[in-house]
Amino acid sequence: MSKIFSTDHKVIGIQFLISSLLLMVVGGLLAMLMRWQLGWPGTSLPWMEKIAPAGMPGGVMVPEYYNMLFTMHGSIMIFFGIIPLLVGAFGNYLIPLKVGAPDMAFPRLNMLSFWMFPVAAAIVLTGFFVEGGAAAAGWTAYPPLSGLKETLGAGQTLWAAGVVVLGFSSIFGAVNYVATIINLRAPGMHFHRLPISVWALFTTAVLTLLATPVLASALILLLLDRTLGTSFFLPAGMIVDGNALAHAGGQPLLWQHLFWFYSHPAVYIMILPAMGFVSDILPTFARKPIFGYHAIAYSAVAIGAVGFLVWAHHMFQSGMNPMLGTSFMISTMLVAVPTGIKVFSWLGTLWRGSIRLTTPMLHALGFISMFIIGGLTGIFLAATPVDMFMHDTYFVVGHLHYVLFGGSLFGAFAGITFWYPKMFGRRLNERLGKIHFWLTLFFFNIVMFPMFVLGLGGMPRRIYDYTQYAGLVHFTGLNRIMSIGAFCLMASQLIFAVNFFLSMFKGEKAGENPWQATTLEWTTSSPPPHGNFTAPVTVHCGPYEYSVPGESKDWHLQTEKGSNAHP
Amino acid sequence: MLLPESASSYSAQIDQLFWTILWITGFFFFLVQGALLVFVLKYHHKKNRKAQYIHGNTLVEVVWTVIPALILLGLTFASQKLWVEIRYPKAAPATPVQVQILAEQFAWNIRYPGPDGQFGTADDISTINQLHLPLGQPVMVNINSKDVIHSFFVPEFRVKQDAVPGLATHIWLEPTKQGHYEIRCAELCGLGHYRMKGFVTTEPPADFQKWLTETKTNE
Repeated sequence: MSKIFSTDHKVIGIQFLISSLLLMVVGGLLAMLMRWQLGWPGTSLPWMEKIAPAGMPGGVMVPEYYNMLFTMHGSIMIFFGIIPLLVGAFGNYLIPLKVGAPDMAFPRLNMLSFWMFPVAAAIVLTGFFVEGGAAAAGWTAYPPLSGLKETLGAGQTLWAAGVVVLGFSSIFGAVNYVATIINLRAPGMHFHRLPISVWALFTTAVLTLLATPVLASALILLLLDRTLGTSFFLPAGMIVDGNALAHAGGQPLLWQHLFWFYSHPAVYIMILPAMGFVSDILPTFARKPIFGYHAIAYSAVAIGAVGFLVWAHHMFQSGMNPMLGTSFMISTMLVAVPTGIKVFSWLGTLWRGSIRLTTPMLHALGFISMFIIGGLTGIFLAATPVDMFMHDTYFVVGHLHYVLFGGSLFGAFAGITFWYPKMFGRRLNERLGKIHFWLTLFFFNIVMFPMFVLGLGGMPRRIYDYTQYAGLVHFTGLNRIMSIGAFCLMASQLIFAVNFFLSMFKGEKAGENPWQATTLEWTTSSPPPHGNFTAPVTVHCGPYEYSVPGESKDWHLQTEKGSNAHP
Repeated sequence: MLLPESASSYSAQIDQLFWTILWITGFFFFLVQGALLVFVLKYHHKKNRKAQYIHGNTLVEVVWTVIPALILLGLTFASQKLWVEIRYPKAAPATPVQVQILAEQFAWNIRYPGPDGQFGTADDISTINQLHLPLGQPVMVNINSKDVIHSFFVPEFRVKQDAVPGLATHIWLEPTKQGHYEIRCAELCGLGHYRMKGFVTTEPPADFQKWLTETKTNE
C-alpha cells in the first residue's frame, strides 16, 4: 500500500507518467476512429457496434459520435495526457532531484494532487457510458452549445465537473513546485545555476497558479448554467428546436475570454517543459555548454509573461471588436521573438559540439525540427487578415499538432528516454528506441503535414463528413493517406511500449550516471533512494559544464569543485 | 495552387500577405532545418573530436533577437493595414446593399430589406441557404444566430465571421468574380454541423435585382 499511496515525489512522478501514457493510448484510439471516418466516410466497422452500439449502430458512425470523439480526443490529450505527463510526471520526478532537495515542500499535498487526477479522468470518461454519450462541444466547449441541456446531455456536465477536479490537481502541484524551487534548493544552487528544465517547470508552475483558477471559475459558471438554469454565458432570445428558451443576460464571448485566458497559457504549460528537457539533453549529447544560458532561461520567463497577453488571438473572428484584434496580434507576434531565441540558441549549442545520436538526442532534434513548423505556422494565424481565412480550418489543426505532438510529445519522448535509466535503474534498448523514433517521425508527418493543405483548401475542422461539400470531395485520397499514416503512427507506439516495459526487467543496468551528464540527479544512485541523496549536496558550478578545458573527463558535475569550470 | 479561387475585393490582398509570410517562414524553415542537418553531420562525434567550451556570444544573440523582431514588426504593420481596410473600409457607401444572415441549427436564414431598404417590413425578401450577391458592390452582411454559435465561411471570398446569439455583428464583402460558391459552417454547432451548407451566387447587379424580384413573387 505504501508504494501506491506514497508521498515520495519519485513514486508520484512515475504514477503520473504511467497513468498519463495510458490515457494517451485511449486518446490515440479515439483519434483512430476519427481517422477511420475521415478516410472512409460512412464505411462500416462491424465489430465497433459491440463497443459503441449507440455511436456506431451497424458499425457505421453517427455524427454525434464523431463530435464526441474529437471532443474527448482533444480533452484527454491536453488535460489528461500532455499536461500531467510533462508537468505532473517530470515536474514531480525532476524538481527535487535537480535542485538537490530530499522531496517536495508539501509531500501530502503532492499525493493529493496525483490522486485527484485519475478521479478527474474517470469523471470525464464516464460520459461515454451515460445516456446521450460523452461531451461533444469540442475541447474548447463554447457555450451556448456546451451550456444548454437542450443541446448536449449529461456527458457534457461530467466533462465540466471532471476538468474542475483536474484544475485543482494542477493547482496543488504548482504550489508545490514553486515552494520547492524557491525554498529547498541545495546550498550553492543559485537561480542562475538551475538547469533550464527547472526554469521551465518554474515558469510553468507560475502560469498554472495564475491561469487555472480562471478556468475553474469559468467551468463552475458553465456548470451552473447547465444545471441550475443560470445565464452567465447564455443570452436572451435563443430558440432551440423551435422552443424559445428562458435564459437572458448572458454573454457567449465571456466564456471564450475566460477559457482562452487559461488555455493559451496552457499551450505554454505544454511546451515550456519540453523546451526545458531539450535544453538539458542537447548539451549532454553535444558535450558542450548550452549556448546563451541566460537568454534561454529568461526567454522562458518572457514567453510565460507575454503568454498571458495573447489569449484573444483565438477570437479574431468571434464577433469581438476588430480593433481589439490588433493588440492581440501585436502580442502574438511578440511572443515569437523569445521562441526564436530558444531555437537559435539550441542550434548554437550544437555548433562545434561532438554530437552523439542517442535515442533521447534524436527525439530532442526531432523536437526542434517539428516544433519549428508548429511555431512558424503560428505566424500565419497571428496575422489577422490571413487568420480570417484560416481560422477553424485544418490549417489550425495542423499547427496545433505540430506544436503539441511535434513539440510537446517529441519533447516528452526525449525526456522519458533520457531519464528512464534514472527512474528505473536500467537502460532502454537503443535499437528499439531508434526504430520507434524514425517511424514516429515519418508517420507523424504523413498524418499531420497534409492538414495544412486541407486547411488552405478551405476544409473546416470538426467536420464529420467533408464529402458533403462539393468543394472538398477531391480531398478523399489525401484523407485516406493520412488515415493510413495515423494507423501506422499508432502501431509504431507499440515498439515504445514494449521497450518501456521490457527494459524495466531486461535492460542493461544503468549505474549512477549513464549519460555522463552534469546535473544533480546524476550524482545519486539509479533509482535514487528515499530522500534522494545519501550525503548533503553542495553546488559549485553551473548546470552544463561539458568539455571544460584542462580536465581529463568531458563532464563536470555540479557538485565537483574546480577552478576551470564556469561559476 | 494551394488556395481556392480568389473572388472578393480583399481576397487577393489576403493571398498576397499569405505568400509573403510563406516566403519569410519558408526561409527560416530551411535555415533551421539546414543548420540542424549540417551541424549533426559536421560535428558528429569522432574519436578525436572535442567539443568547444563556448557559453554564448552576445553579439550573435542580439542579432538573432533583433532581426526576427523587426521582421515580425513589419508583418504586424502589413497585417494591420489590411485588417483596417477589411473591417473599416473607407469606400463603404452611406447606404450600402445590406443582407441579414441569421444562422440556426443547421441552416442559413437569409433576408434582404427589399425596395424600402428597411429590415422587418412586408417587402423583405427571405430565402434559406441561398445567398445572392451583386458583383462589384460592397455589401454589408449582418450576421447573427438564433441558437448556438455558427461561423459564416466562404473560402473563395477569404471571409469568416462567427454568428453569435445575442450579438449583432457585420462584415463587409464585395464579390469580384461571377460564380457559385459554398458557405461552410466553421464553428462546431452540434450534430448537423458538417452539413450546414449554404450556396452563394454572385451575378451582375441587374441579374441580382431580377432574382430578388422573382424570389419575392414566389414567396
